[in-house]
Amino acid sequence: MANTNSRRIRGDSSLNPTWHYWMLYLLPGVIIYIVFMAYPLLDSIRLSFFTGTGAERTFTGLSNYVKLFTDEVISTRFWTAFGHTWIFFAIHMLVQNVLGIIFAVILTNRTMQGSRIYQTIIFLPVTLSILVTGYLWKLLLSPVWTGDILNSIGLGALSKPWLGQESTALIVVSLVSCWQWVGMPTMMFFAALQGISEELIEAAALEGTSTWDLFRYIQFPLIKPVVGVVAILTFVNNFNAFDVVFSMEGANGAPNYATDIIGTFFYRVGIAGQHPVAIPDAGLGAAVATVIFLMLAAFVIPTLIQSQKEG
Amino acid sequence: MKKSSSLKMANKHIPSHIILGLWSILVLFPIWVMVVNSFKTRFTIYSNPFGLPEKWNFKNYISVFSDSDFMRYFMNSIVVVMISLICVLLLGSLVAYAMSIWRTRASTVLYFFIIAGMMLPIRIASIKLIEIMKSLGLLNTIWSLVPIYIAMGFPISVFIMTTFIRTVPGELTESAFIDGAGRFKIFYAIIVPLLRPAIATVAIYNLVPFWNDLWFPLIMITDEKSKTLLLGVTRLFGQYQTDWSKVLAVLTLSALPVIILYLTMSKNFIRGLTAGAIKG
Repeated sequence: MANTNSRRIRGDSSLNPTWHYWMLYLLPGVIIYIVFMAYPLLDSIRLSFFTGTGAERTFTGLSNYVKLFTDEVISTRFWTAFGHTWIFFAIHMLVQNVLGIIFAVILTNRTMQGSRIYQTIIFLPVTLSILVTGYLWKLLLSPVWTGDILNSIGLGALSKPWLGQESTALIVVSLVSCWQWVGMPTMMFFAALQGISEELIEAAALEGTSTWDLFRYIQFPLIKPVVGVVAILTFVNNFNAFDVVFSMEGANGAPNYATDIIGTFFYRVGIAGQHPVAIPDAGLGAAVATVIFLMLAAFVIPTLIQSQKEG
Repeated sequence: MKKSSSLKMANKHIPSHIILGLWSILVLFPIWVMVVNSFKTRFTIYSNPFGLPEKWNFKNYISVFSDSDFMRYFMNSIVVVMISLICVLLLGSLVAYAMSIWRTRASTVLYFFIIAGMMLPIRIASIKLIEIMKSLGLLNTIWSLVPIYIAMGFPISVFIMTTFIRTVPGELTESAFIDGAGRFKIFYAIIVPLLRPAIATVAIYNLVPFWNDLWFPLIMITDEKSKTLLLGVTRLFGQYQTDWSKVLAVLTLSALPVIILYLTMSKNFIRGLTAGAIKG
């Protein structure tokens, strides 16, 4: 029975259908995935060695990369945006993820009341659109609106054009982004902390361990793999960030490129067109995309390996 | 629980409540300001920016609905998000089902090829995607967004659902099989109903980024007719620049659908949105 069947394509009514049969289930999804994700990602790397678009596309070797790293205007913009992205990342690590750990540790305490309400509130901004968050904070931080009120209650010092000063704009934009996303690390750390056995915590409490020591010697070492995952996610998201700057400062990263990050730089160069010519350069944009891709790979892969080892 | 000891313990949490309380205010205050000021007039938002409106003004909402393209943007977003979600769930569950039964070396390779997509930021493929959409004639239509969203949501969907199906005991499906049910019948009659919790997780995980996506509409669509809600909001933000109460009404309306969904099932949302992250 099995012998005669195995010579034909075994399908729907077979205990062990052949791979031909499974293709009916697999192909629709896999084709869309390849055509709209895998292929365009890989082809972006190829396009970075070309210039022009469509039929007029010509191979130019590394010239896009040379332009990106050495052209006076473009390379200045690129390195500025690159540096800002790292500052953006550092602020997220220091503010968003540290707050996330603090919130998670507090929420983990079983005798703490109202934990569920706090969780709901902390996570709420995650569900908002970054665009809405950005616009909202832009209005709130505008001295035109809140300046008079702050002055009248003696907090006039808080009313400054935070988003208009080169010295503060990037920090404020980053903090708004932290405000939005802090719920993610909080809940990830919270889930990890819940996984720690109750007996361990109680035993430590009986010994009279302080909260800080409990965190330092028991909780933190046990959630270290999650710390690695959160760091990776933060890194990937920063190189993807665009909306928050776009909504608060525009695609040029105003004032005077002070908030220009890789996301906005990529948008201007590859898609919208850069000042002063305003014609997008697909090849150069693809080169920027490739650099982002390599950056992500260079950071994500070792961190993953590291956290797997420790986990 | 232990009421007597928790009362004593509760004193120790005052600093904790202060920290979380302050943060809660910091989260809720801007949202409060957004909502209450959308019911004020253009000028009263300056004299009374933080309190409830003395006279509730619904004109902002009426004018947003009547003399802007807001409803069109809103409908475009609903159509795009719903179709993308349904496709992600359908295609993802089919693949997950196949992956849970067809176990060979080839299927393992294919599986890792698919879930590798969870780590890949699709935005860096944008330049090529614009060209693909142009050649398919989809540029400037909402249909340019659907296949991109499907591709975006597909890996996580396959991952969550495959993990889930593999926990379903084999006897359950095999006995149905021996009773004469075909593979596909087993899929829709047994597997899909069992998958419900995983379907909910995948749906929520993808719903929020699909609804809140600005990037792809921004680079694909310039035509007013095809703009999604968020892209429309960027236009209305500029257009109403001189009337902030109206801007706040637009912002409130565009945030409202997801906030309401979130508040009605916050537990599912938190689990769903963090699920993709803790895949290890």
